[in-house]
Amino acid sequence: MSTSAPRKRPLRAFLSDLVRSPRRIRDAAWRVGLPTSDRARSTFVFGNVFLHLHSVRTHRWSLRWSTTWGLGLAATAAFLVVLASGVLLMFYYKPYPDVAYDSIKDIHFIVPTGRFIRNIHRWSANVMVVAVLAHMARVFYTAAYRRPREFNWLVGMALLVVTLGLSFTGYLLPWDQLAYWAITIGANIAQSPRELTDAFGITPWFDPGGLQRELLLGSDIVGEEALIRFYVLHVMILPLALGALMAVHFWRIRKDGGMTRPWDADQRLGPGHDVYPVFTEAPQKTYQLAAIVRGTSPAVGRGPEHTVPSMPHLFYAELGVLMLTVFACLALSMAWDAPLKELANPAVPENPAKAPWYFLGLQELVAYSAFMGGVGIPAIVLLGLGLIPFLDREEAGTGVWFGGPGGGRLALASLGFGLGAVLAVEAFAIRFGWLREWFPDVPQLAITAVNPGTLLAAVYGAYSLWVVKRYGWARAGATALFTCFLSGFVVLTVIGTYFRGPNWTFYWSPADWPGH
Amino acid sequence: MTPTTARARSRLDPEPVPRRDFLGIASLVSFVAAMLFATIGMLRLPKAAVLGSPAKKFRVTLPDALAEGEAFVPPGRSVAVFRDREGLYAISLVCTHLGCIVKPGPSGFDCPCHGSQFAADGSVVRGPAPKALPWHAVTVRGRECVVDEGAVVPAGTKVSA
Repeated sequence: MSTSAPRKRPLRAFLSDLVRSPRRIRDAAWRVGLPTSDRARSTFVFGNVFLHLHSVRTHRWSLRWSTTWGLGLAATAAFLVVLASGVLLMFYYKPYPDVAYDSIKDIHFIVPTGRFIRNIHRWSANVMVVAVLAHMARVFYTAAYRRPREFNWLVGMALLVVTLGLSFTGYLLPWDQLAYWAITIGANIAQSPRELTDAFGITPWFDPGGLQRELLLGSDIVGEEALIRFYVLHVMILPLALGALMAVHFWRIRKDGGMTRPWDADQRLGPGHDVYPVFTEAPQKTYQLAAIVRGTSPAVGRGPEHTVPSMPHLFYAELGVLMLTVFACLALSMAWDAPLKELANPAVPENPAKAPWYFLGLQELVAYSAFMGGVGIPAIVLLGLGLIPFLDREEAGTGVWFGGPGGGRLALASLGFGLGAVLAVEAFAIRFGWLREWFPDVPQLAITAVNPGTLLAAVYGAYSLWVVKRYGWARAGATALFTCFLSGFVVLTVIGTYFRGPNWTFYWSPADWPGH
Repeated sequence: MTPTTARARSRLDPEPVPRRDFLGIASLVSFVAAMLFATIGMLRLPKAAVLGSPAKKFRVTLPDALAEGEAFVPPGRSVAVFRDREGLYAISLVCTHLGCIVKPGPSGFDCPCHGSQFAADGSVVRGPAPKALPWHAVTVRGRECVVDEGAVVPAGTKVSA
């Protein structure tokens, strides 16, 4: 049967194979031993599915802190912490009204380490939101959204939306007062297109708002159906969506040519001590894929002399960011407990009922018009962000913060203008009220069209158009608009968080709030 | 498939659709169409045909000591029932802005969430609420009255015993 000769001492051969099998299993998994040279490390990287998420060599520009500040990585690290702690929480959490609240209390007070796991789940979710927003600002201000990275910018926006969705669906699960009233407000924001359909009197025939609310709640009240829906979204649908989008996002980074860098990055960096001419040393290397890839090969005619092996240079940097992020999450969750209010009570709203902090800017706008603040303005912002890479088709200054010194001054000026405008509009609205207070009979449509939110958006838009005209530079307009909206977001969020008390009245300090 | 063209095609050229692949493509298209329709059909799943919400109609007996224009909120309900000389009436306590429960006071209703204020008849006085608080249908049966949260009646509809 076998062509090989029978072995002389089968039992001894069997035993020696058995003894060697652990080493052989290791060799089969890793193929090479501990990598000791750059070449072996490269083989190690592209032979490993997780490590080869990175290219084998990394440009030195990508490794500078100021290129990325490690923000995307920090978001990923925070997500991994959220994922691990979230899976642990699922062992005890029960998604049913009242039982849910008790199970959170069990996790907090009875389950060993449960309080810590819940704290770190909440804090790393917040760290993730902050990191995602900061990462987006970094990508914007270094013009890393430009061709060929437009699509990855859109994927990044989808990731932002899913991240916020994950955070918001998690907000409901404790079924406490905070959760119940945040979801009531959220569901009614989903219903707010009725503000328009009511104004035109077509709600009985065309009611997208009511449909959205019903799909979200699975009922016409906030109850068990809503809780199970938010639970499924939170632990299954949105994490899967996030994972798929993350895979696309990371893969596109490599396919779009790695981190954005200025065209003269090599000259800016100068010679490096850890860089050596690979291609002149081994000129017989060929590109085996050259026959099927489109366009010119990545580095024909110039060796990748300004790249260093990803292992260890890039991996050390990534480990550094990972450790810093985990440290931040740990420190926050040791210092502050995740909040838990009283059991949800559908008869008595929390006063003030506040959404999670990153939605308080929108809640501030919602306090004028539910549709504009909750649906209209966010849609305008997302549309504007998505269009940026398709309107800014320039190439100068790609990969440079603010596109150079003039851009930095413009960003500062826009920051001043953005802050001034939002503070002026808010101060006016807080001091003098808005249309309804002056003319009680004003139709809702007028307020939907003219409210602090739309006014601010219009002022910011006009300012950016003026900047485009003045500088003759599309990126200048984008910088102005993005900076203005960022400052508006920050100011509205701060006002909503710290200066709004019972009945959404303005107070300088929570100490001035009237007692219950 | 036997190559019939004289000119050797490059591997990079797009390949024409061979006739013998037609059946394969047709079955693929019908499979995709079937899956698409099945998926669209299943999209109806999250919208239940019947909503399991509690009954909208409920019976309530007003306390005898209820003063004129003073709100009586039946436990577990978001409706205020009033009694005055002209009769009984019920006003919804769900804010028309974002669904918080408004608080009845001597001069009207205040919403704790975004500061909407309503007059005693439910009309908007200030704040972001787009519409007045709706009035609900009341029917009187002896000492009891039945309030229907599902039925909206014109503001000012009062029912006497």
